[in-house]
Amino acid sequence: MYSRAYKAIVALPPLLWVGIFLMLPYALMFVHSFWLVRDGFIVHQWNLGNYAALFTRPVYLQVLMRTMRIAGSVTLFSLLLGYPLAYYLSFHSGVRKEFLYQLVIVPLWVSYLVRGYAWKTVLGSDGVLNGFLQYAHITHAPVGFLLYSPFAVVLMLTHIYTPFVFLPIYAALETIPRPLIEASQDLGATPAKTFFRVILPLSMPGLLAGATFAFVLSLGDFLAPLLVGGASGTMIANVVQSLFGAAYDWPLGAAVSVCILLLTLTSLFATETLEKRWSFKQMS
Amino acid sequence: MSAVTTTRRAPFLTAYAVAVFAFIYLPIVVLIAYSFNRDGVGGFPPRHFTLHWYERLFADGAIWNAVLNSLLVAAASVALALTLGLLAALALDRASFPGKALFRRLVLLPLILPGIITGLSLLMFVVFVGAPLSLLTVFFGHGTALISVATTELFAGLQKLDRKQEEASLDLGATPWQTFWRITLPNLKLSLIAAGLLIFTLSMDEIAVTFFLIGRDNTLPMEIWGRLRQGITPEINAISTLIFMVSVALISIWYRLRARTLRDAS
Repeated sequence: MYSRAYKAIVALPPLLWVGIFLMLPYALMFVHSFWLVRDGFIVHQWNLGNYAALFTRPVYLQVLMRTMRIAGSVTLFSLLLGYPLAYYLSFHSGVRKEFLYQLVIVPLWVSYLVRGYAWKTVLGSDGVLNGFLQYAHITHAPVGFLLYSPFAVVLMLTHIYTPFVFLPIYAALETIPRPLIEASQDLGATPAKTFFRVILPLSMPGLLAGATFAFVLSLGDFLAPLLVGGASGTMIANVVQSLFGAAYDWPLGAAVSVCILLLTLTSLFATETLEKRWSFKQMS
Repeated sequence: MSAVTTTRRAPFLTAYAVAVFAFIYLPIVVLIAYSFNRDGVGGFPPRHFTLHWYERLFADGAIWNAVLNSLLVAAASVALALTLGLLAALALDRASFPGKALFRRLVLLPLILPGIITGLSLLMFVVFVGAPLSLLTVFFGHGTALISVATTELFAGLQKLDRKQEEASLDLGATPWQTFWRITLPNLKLSLIAAGLLIFTLSMDEIAVTFFLIGRDNTLPMEIWGRLRQGITPEINAISTLIFMVSVALISIWYRLRARTLRDAS
């Protein structure tokens, strides 16, 4: 139906643009990771020294482990908050369902910076939470550990990613045929058994998608640690940022970036495989 | 909806859901409340209602300059991302070319990869070609990264379109060019507006990519970011409250358009 010229006209500009202005930059990042810096200049000498440094200098592995711990905690907490919320909306909210759904969606679009800043004012040592604790005579001096800690980073990111996790789980729960649940109950299964044998397995694809969102998005975050993390909440992307900034070691920074990229793609690939396996098991 | 699942009471679950909603909204409520607090951010409870911080905000030239920069960048990014995203969506929908499946995945990379990786890669490219950092590079970054959003949204819109109208137009002797302007584009109008709004909002808020491509002129999020280093004042609460209001307004428009597109399609 469409002529050759039509197809070429629509396909060429985006292909060229994405190729030159997106793929070439990503390729530049990859190439840089095999170069090195000498006397403050980037030397185009191919080597694996940057990758070797990642594994031999303990500081990188240490930060990487902390990043995985933080991203893992964010994933876990977002699921613990998001799943029951989705379950409640899908099965128990009645006529308020549409309104409550929109109530979850709104914060999703509200500025990341605004929400991060809000936590900063809540958690600070002369912040709102400390003011409240002293006002209610729960504490008598400001509690210092709230802000500038890994705890603050986990809290802020959980707050940001809970609606992200909620969405796919809710979508999955909404597609479960209701007669299936009734059948389970009619045949004498307890509510717990119905949940674990029927609802949870059928919502697993949504749960996996939500978990991946939260994990992958937290993994490469560098703004939350800068905003509320302090030195003890530094994550791997902050290492990249300082290597590209003050330390001026772009090749090493590029190597760390490639590692983050690989971790991201591995997580995505892992969930995709897991999901396929899961649906296969369900069918057989 | 089945009677079994909706009438059963679940007080514990309801309480839990309320608590999660409180967790999601409490920081935003606190933020707004303290923008009206005379004694600054902190302390409890907030006392002495004032509009002083909003007055200061409206007199703050640097902030409004940044707002203007952000609006310019966002508008230009919408134009660029929509144009290329529309072409990409048309290509994915109608043309077959080598590497199509790969292109489809690659164009989504800025959505999947952490902003810092996209931001730094673009920075390397800008340095590579020797361009100075300015609002132009920020626009280049936003526009390019957001092609991903435009392509996904518009491709979904195209898939729902009825092809028969276009076939009829071509059969009746209209050129492909006329058909595109008179049939395809008008039919895609709602998807285009919805995608445009989404890209606009994302660009106005973007910080991870902007961080590395910014020159001397600040966008609004970068201006706020810079001020956070000097300490926090309720003026930032005031601008955050305004940003919140504008986001909510934009989402409601977007949501309605989206609902209308879905209704039209079915």
